[in-house]
Amino acid sequence: MKASLKDNTASFSFVLPALLIFLVFYVYPFFYSFVLSLTDYSLIGKFNFKNSFVGLQNFKDLLVDIDWWKSFYNAGFITFFALTFQNILALLLALAVDKVIRMRKFYRVVFFILPVLSEIIIGLLMKQFMLSEPTGRDVLNNILNNIGLGFMAQDWIAGHNVRLITALVHCWKGFGWAFVILLAGLQSIPDQLYEAARIDGANTWQQFCKITMPLLMPVSTLVMVLTILGTMQAFAMILALNQGAGGETTVPVMIIYNHLGTGQAGLACAEGLILGAILVVVSFTMFYVSKIIREKYGVVPN
Amino acid sequence: MKLLKFILLLLISGTMVIGCHQSKPKENKIVIWHWITDRRDAFDFLAQKYKEETGIEVEFKLFFPPDIYGQKVIAAARAGTLPDIFGILGEKKTVARFIQAGHILDLTAVMQDDNLSWKSKFYPQTLEVTEFSDDNTYDVKPGIYGVPIDTNVMQFVYNKKLFQAAGLDPKKSPKTVDEFVSYAKTIQEKTGEVGFISGWGEGWLLHALAVEWAINIMGEKKFIDTIEGKVSYMDEEWVKVFSLFERLRNENIFPANIATMTNKEAEDAFAKDKAGFSFNGSWSVNVYSQINPEIDYAFFSLPVVEVANQVKVWGGAGSVFRVNADSPNKDKAIDFLRWISDRQQQDYLVVETNNLAANRYCEKSLPPVLKDLTKSFNSFTHPDNWRLNEDARVIETFNKGLQQIVMGLKTAQDVAKEVQNKKEKVTR
Repeated sequence: MKASLKDNTASFSFVLPALLIFLVFYVYPFFYSFVLSLTDYSLIGKFNFKNSFVGLQNFKDLLVDIDWWKSFYNAGFITFFALTFQNILALLLALAVDKVIRMRKFYRVVFFILPVLSEIIIGLLMKQFMLSEPTGRDVLNNILNNIGLGFMAQDWIAGHNVRLITALVHCWKGFGWAFVILLAGLQSIPDQLYEAARIDGANTWQQFCKITMPLLMPVSTLVMVLTILGTMQAFAMILALNQGAGGETTVPVMIIYNHLGTGQAGLACAEGLILGAILVVVSFTMFYVSKIIREKYGVVPN
Repeated sequence: MKLLKFILLLLISGTMVIGCHQSKPKENKIVIWHWITDRRDAFDFLAQKYKEETGIEVEFKLFFPPDIYGQKVIAAARAGTLPDIFGILGEKKTVARFIQAGHILDLTAVMQDDNLSWKSKFYPQTLEVTEFSDDNTYDVKPGIYGVPIDTNVMQFVYNKKLFQAAGLDPKKSPKTVDEFVSYAKTIQEKTGEVGFISGWGEGWLLHALAVEWAINIMGEKKFIDTIEGKVSYMDEEWVKVFSLFERLRNENIFPANIATMTNKEAEDAFAKDKAGFSFNGSWSVNVYSQINPEIDYAFFSLPVVEVANQVKVWGGAGSVFRVNADSPNKDKAIDFLRWISDRQQQDYLVVETNNLAANRYCEKSLPPVLKDLTKSFNSFTHPDNWRLNEDARVIETFNKGLQQIVMGLKTAQDVAKEVQNKKEKVTR
């Protein structure tokens, strides 16, 4: 049955506000960024495309810019820890809280406190926690000394450790999100499946491998994609924690931000587009891989 | 129901129209934007005084942090909503772009009126920062494009209390790098506090010190020749500059996390007698006195590497107010700036904010610690006074390289090579 023009108009009018917002705040800035990326425009003064046009020079410069690709390495390093350490920790805690344990509501709130706090606050708090005198409180080293692990005391936010420490602080701050999403995923798995498996003689490990993991796959994919997108764009916490540590923890967004501040808007737009393109490719790859896994486990029909 | 929908639609449209409406500037009101939030009370007092004297209202809108302020000004310039008077954060190239875009008023004529009556009030070195000379390379019409409110000097500073505690003479500051290192080590050994501290997480502070040492080692001409591309950053004397930072690290006179430290943190530690030396700007006098009014300290000249060579001090650039060329109140804005740069107001700012005045006739009001700094005015150097500036991308690599040296991740040779590679890439 064909919809009448009146129906179509009515339906379209409901979509129109969202479409307008999407066009004005997403599509237009994207194309404008692309246009700017082909120029050396500084954002100051009238934009004259002809006078400021530099072709693909910004992209060419970035291809051979060691600092730019090092920032991807730094972000990738932190992302790797977020994908593994952070998400495994979140899954273990979600599994623990999903079971009937005492004070589970309390734990749910506690684990979600960190993501609610501002990244800047976390960065500054951890800085005070780990920094030695005279600028920090040396809390971590004092704790280590008091529990007999004084040999581990060191300058945590300095030297070769700084990237690893940044990754761990990021994971500590971020695991709450993954925890909440994974917990929601776990709670959506019907109990009857576990009951049937137990009757059939499946042990806990088999239940986890054959029921929990496959049914959690869509949620896990979402968590992984969100982790990648969130971590690759991390910025404020790192800035507050160590200022980029001479390039050791500088991430792409930090470089884009600096270039915008120094009047290199064309270059910053090119950087933004490259970062966006890489994240889109990674996200779609993740969804594709997840689809293959789900098909293999029979969670979605072939 | 229809009436209700109509009223709702009217309210929403009305709100949107009001939201988009740009309020007209008031005729008897000047709006000023700046980032120097620590002087809010003093500025508000002066604004009140100006209103009483002239009937013109002045509103200071101060924003923090500075880098966010920098982006706000650029956005306002794009949107055509710049205030009557504003400050610009950034290198001279950025100021030049604002001038080229017609956002900043040329003040040359008014400065030179009445036999240079306004211009002659300022220290020439301070005013120079706001000028574009005849041979400037920024394609800007030569002239004066701002009014300095204060002067800034970057110098070393030492804690007299820790000097005494370490058995050092508090009247005798180190003259050479060797002495400086030796004093810093003595302070560490005798007092248990750190020898030297500075906010080297902020790359520009490292850069300022490196420039002072570079000019001492190779002279200003060779330094400028490097910016012009005539001298390589891998030149022996440049490697010597980078090696100085390597030496400071190897001597273990500063905290291991110095390259991730903000200047606020370093200032806090120095003011609380936790470090023997620091490298900081003259604004720190106000900061130190706010943190610890009892602190006993003094500034001193750069500890030199080459005793026979010239010493230049990074300075001259304080806060500069620019007049919006499109402002309907620009004449009133100029009158206010003329008033605030008068001796009486400048004296007040010196006393209340502990900053070096831009007005040359205010030396009597300066506290002794600031008075000492005026001796260095004749040896100022600053990127805003150079004929040309280094590319921002090279400076970024330079600063990061120095940070990596002080973190012990790279050698002087590595950094010299990286900076030169970057220089070649950006000039290609």
